[in-house]
Amino acid sequence: MARRVFGEPVRRREDPRLLTGRALFVDDVELPGMLHVAFVRSSFAHGRLNGVDAAAARARPGVVAVITAEDLGSYWQAGPLLVPPPPIEGIVFHQRTQVILARDKVRHAGEPIAAVVAESRYLAEDAAAEIYADVDPLEPVVDLERALAPGAPRVHDDLGSNLAAHVRQSKGDYAAARRRARRVVGRRFTYDHGAAAAMENRGIVARWDGREEQLTVWDTTQAPIPIRNGLARMLGLAESQVRVIAPFIGGGFGPKIMMFYPEEMLLPWLARHLGRPVKWIEDRAENFFATSQERSQIHDAELAVDGEGRILGVRDRFLHDSGAYDPYGLTVPINSQCTLLGPYRVPNYDSEFKAVFTNKTIVTPYRGAGRQHGVFVMERLLDLAARELGLDPVEIRRRNYIPPEDFPHHHGLIYQDFSELVYDSGNYEPALDQAVEMIGWRRFKEEEQPRARRDGRQLGIGVVSYVEGTGIGPYEGARVTVETSGTVSVTTGVGTQGQGHFTSFAQVVAEQLGVDLDRVRVVTGDTGEFHWGTGTFASRGAVVAGNACHAAAAAVRDKILKLASELLEASAEDLELAEGEVRVRGVPGSAITLGELAAKANPLRGAVRPGTEPGLEATTYFGPARGATASGVHAMIVEVDPETLMVKILRYVVVHDCGTVINPLILEGQIVGGVAQGIGNAFYEQLVYDGEGQLLNASFMDYLLPTASDVPPVETGHVVTPSPLNPLGIKGAGEAGAIPTGPLFAQAVEDALRGAGLGLEQLEILEIPLSPNRLFELTEALRQGGGS
Amino acid sequence: MSEPRNVEPAAEASRVTATLRVNGEDHTVVFPVHHTLLEVLREGCGLTGTKHGCELGECGACAVLLDGRPVLSCLVLAAEAAGHEVETVEGLQEGNRLHPLQAAFADLGAAQCGYCTPGILMTAKALLAQNPEPTAEEIEEALAGNLCRCTGYRKIVQAVAWAAAILRGEEERPPEEAFLGSPLPEVRR
Ligand code: FES
Ligand code: FES
Repeated sequence: MARRVFGEPVRRREDPRLLTGRALFVDDVELPGMLHVAFVRSSFAHGRLNGVDAAAARARPGVVAVITAEDLGSYWQAGPLLVPPPPIEGIVFHQRTQVILARDKVRHAGEPIAAVVAESRYLAEDAAAEIYADVDPLEPVVDLERALAPGAPRVHDDLGSNLAAHVRQSKGDYAAARRRARRVVGRRFTYDHGAAAAMENRGIVARWDGREEQLTVWDTTQAPIPIRNGLARMLGLAESQVRVIAPFIGGGFGPKIMMFYPEEMLLPWLARHLGRPVKWIEDRAENFFATSQERSQIHDAELAVDGEGRILGVRDRFLHDSGAYDPYGLTVPINSQCTLLGPYRVPNYDSEFKAVFTNKTIVTPYRGAGRQHGVFVMERLLDLAARELGLDPVEIRRRNYIPPEDFPHHHGLIYQDFSELVYDSGNYEPALDQAVEMIGWRRFKEEEQPRARRDGRQLGIGVVSYVEGTGIGPYEGARVTVETSGTVSVTTGVGTQGQGHFTSFAQVVAEQLGVDLDRVRVVTGDTGEFHWGTGTFASRGAVVAGNACHAAAAAVRDKILKLASELLEASAEDLELAEGEVRVRGVPGSAITLGELAAKANPLRGAVRPGTEPGLEATTYFGPARGATASGVHAMIVEVDPETLMVKILRYVVVHDCGTVINPLILEGQIVGGVAQGIGNAFYEQLVYDGEGQLLNASFMDYLLPTASDVPPVETGHVVTPSPLNPLGIKGAGEAGAIPTGPLFAQAVEDALRGAGLGLEQLEILEIPLSPNRLFELTEALRQGGGS
Repeated sequence: MSEPRNVEPAAEASRVTATLRVNGEDHTVVFPVHHTLLEVLREGCGLTGTKHGCELGECGACAVLLDGRPVLSCLVLAAEAAGHEVETVEGLQEGNRLHPLQAAFADLGAAQCGYCTPGILMTAKALLAQNPEPTAEEIEEALAGNLCRCTGYRKIVQAVAWAAAILRGEEERPPEEAFLGSPLPEVRR
């Protein structure tokens, strides 16, 4: 039997290329005769665009073309709506998607107005600086609440207000539950997410080959196949004339699934129009202004509990900042709405949100995709209720978990994938026990914290739980081929942005076919190789494409066994696949290699019998009925300096359940990387807009990402409840690490500062992100005897 | 809109011809004087292993070695690098053998998307040349200017420490969990 590979921490197959600088990223594509593109972007957040004067720029040497909205003729258009609104009763949704180049209005700072194409990037940028956009500034819509006030300026003139959507989902009877409640805790919560800030900015290279009539586009996208399909439609080409390649991508995290970015619509058109290859590589400032981000929600929420701390119901009203357009539909706020319920039994729920257009960059999913916002609200409400009832945070969570016998658990809401919100499987209490044990909860409370306090040090502990809907449909596909060399090719449509897909997919297939990992070659993200599928988002790559690979490999395995049983004159049950061969069990010398079999399956003479297909190849699709629900518990110990309000994380524990694990090493990388982003979100990162809608911190000098000294070691533990929704039993893991860090941080910091005799007994942290400054403000207000 | 037209190739600012010594090989390249080492390495020498995330000296993705010292190639003019030894990620490997840093990164899973990795490898190489036995804090400090958005850095710090041990000829290995991930429970499927 070959060494087991599935479930093992095997080394990543992509690393040799990445570690030696050989891996191809979009900006590494260099084509003869290539032109470079630079964009003129709006410096105003909101304004009437009267015209663009590009005469001087056009006259500059080296400038090949300047394109404005007018120059696009009938190609000028608004991008497609990526995700239509889900079928929720009474839903209001106003579709306003981004345009290629602004025509009569600019709606956020950074919106493209004109494109310059020149012989070099320097020439293009110099020329762009000479283009004059005649804009009459309008009062910008910045604040979420003011945006909905009567008489507020409107982002989209043709709409009666800035309301982008209004959705209410409920179950049970919250009002009645509230009347029965022993306690009701309610607060206003603000949760602000930030920029994904992948290290690689976006970029596009497009080439039109006039002889072949073939368009090739290299794009830093998480969704090459939908990009290809959309481009073909927009440009009036057959899909087979368009090839989109998402090569190695330097981090995605969500914004690279947004489509179509204006640049993505424009570059391919330019290549075709000019007959020369074109390249545009975003710079970091553009990434802050023009790549989608996640931002603020304001929740007015309350929780009704009985005397034991059991949840009777939750009511929530929230505002969601959509930014200037809403091409991604309602994925983010629906995620917030649904994920708020967490791992808890919530019999009565009444949740209503309004999505609001503002004059800011478009909001689309960024790792967590709105789940953070909901989890923050629920976890904080539980902490507040626990405090009122004299329970500890561990206990109130334990009392409210959905018990293991209650799966599948129906919530009676509609989720982002349009199906009912149902948790497929889970077992929450063991994860809590393990986390509490690993962090040493009791010892901390009884010994360490009091001892530290005696020494004048303020330590605090926290524990939170969360669920994550992962691995949603509709489907992915994979093709598995045994080549005559014995090499196994695996091809799938999803792209990869660092998740180790080259490795995990190879593991799935190698296990099925009994071949060494080195013999498996994985191709992803090239529509020329595979062109059915949707993309890498919602922690679905491993789940959906992984299962497609599994199914395709199983189909090839059947073909192998059938052919081999004929050739070896043995029944299929007596055959085994190992070490790249098929052999009759217990009969030495009976082996035939997979390569030989592949040659026999594709003969040069004779006939292929009717009903059989040539070769050892299969293409299979996998579409889960709905998403698989991963879950976990995070715990942390912090030290807060009461003078500087700096917070140091001393311990961080994650206990996670993402079903069956394909590769624990890759999984751990995903979790720890997520935690690092969660820490950034909780304590370092905030996109700061001023009253004019200008982003004030659009650089890494001002928008602080965690550095090597800011991320503590993360101790991990696992619970495994395989998902019944797919044959491999896996659930997604891509976003989990990033989801619950905010409320955990808040709880631990509160624990450190309350009860420390600092006059901060009333401290409540109801917002994320925090910073030493903000903590100072909150604590000062209390010390002054105010209250926040 | 202006029709596409053929123009004289970029009448950009004056160009210089210089010989850059990169990874022990001479590259004679012609480039506009204001081009950075980053641009000339990538576009002139075809060495695209060096990446960029900001071109403003804020992310560390473009780090290379100049006479053994780490520099941000987006802030160095290529012309200034002439006459100095430049080392990039492409020169790390010896023949077919990965440099111990590369090997440690692979064994511990210290690269995810791999975009920050070349800059980090080069910065770490300079650190180890100067301090063969760095503590975790010293590694973190040396890498403070290298942003990584994927990994959370812990594996990177571990890998650098391990590579240092290998380069010192020591046997010590990181704990098994660093290679295997934390243990998984047995599950019936
Ligand atoms: S590209 Fe040089 S530091 Fe960011
Ligand atoms: S591995 Fe992706 S940025 Fe470091």
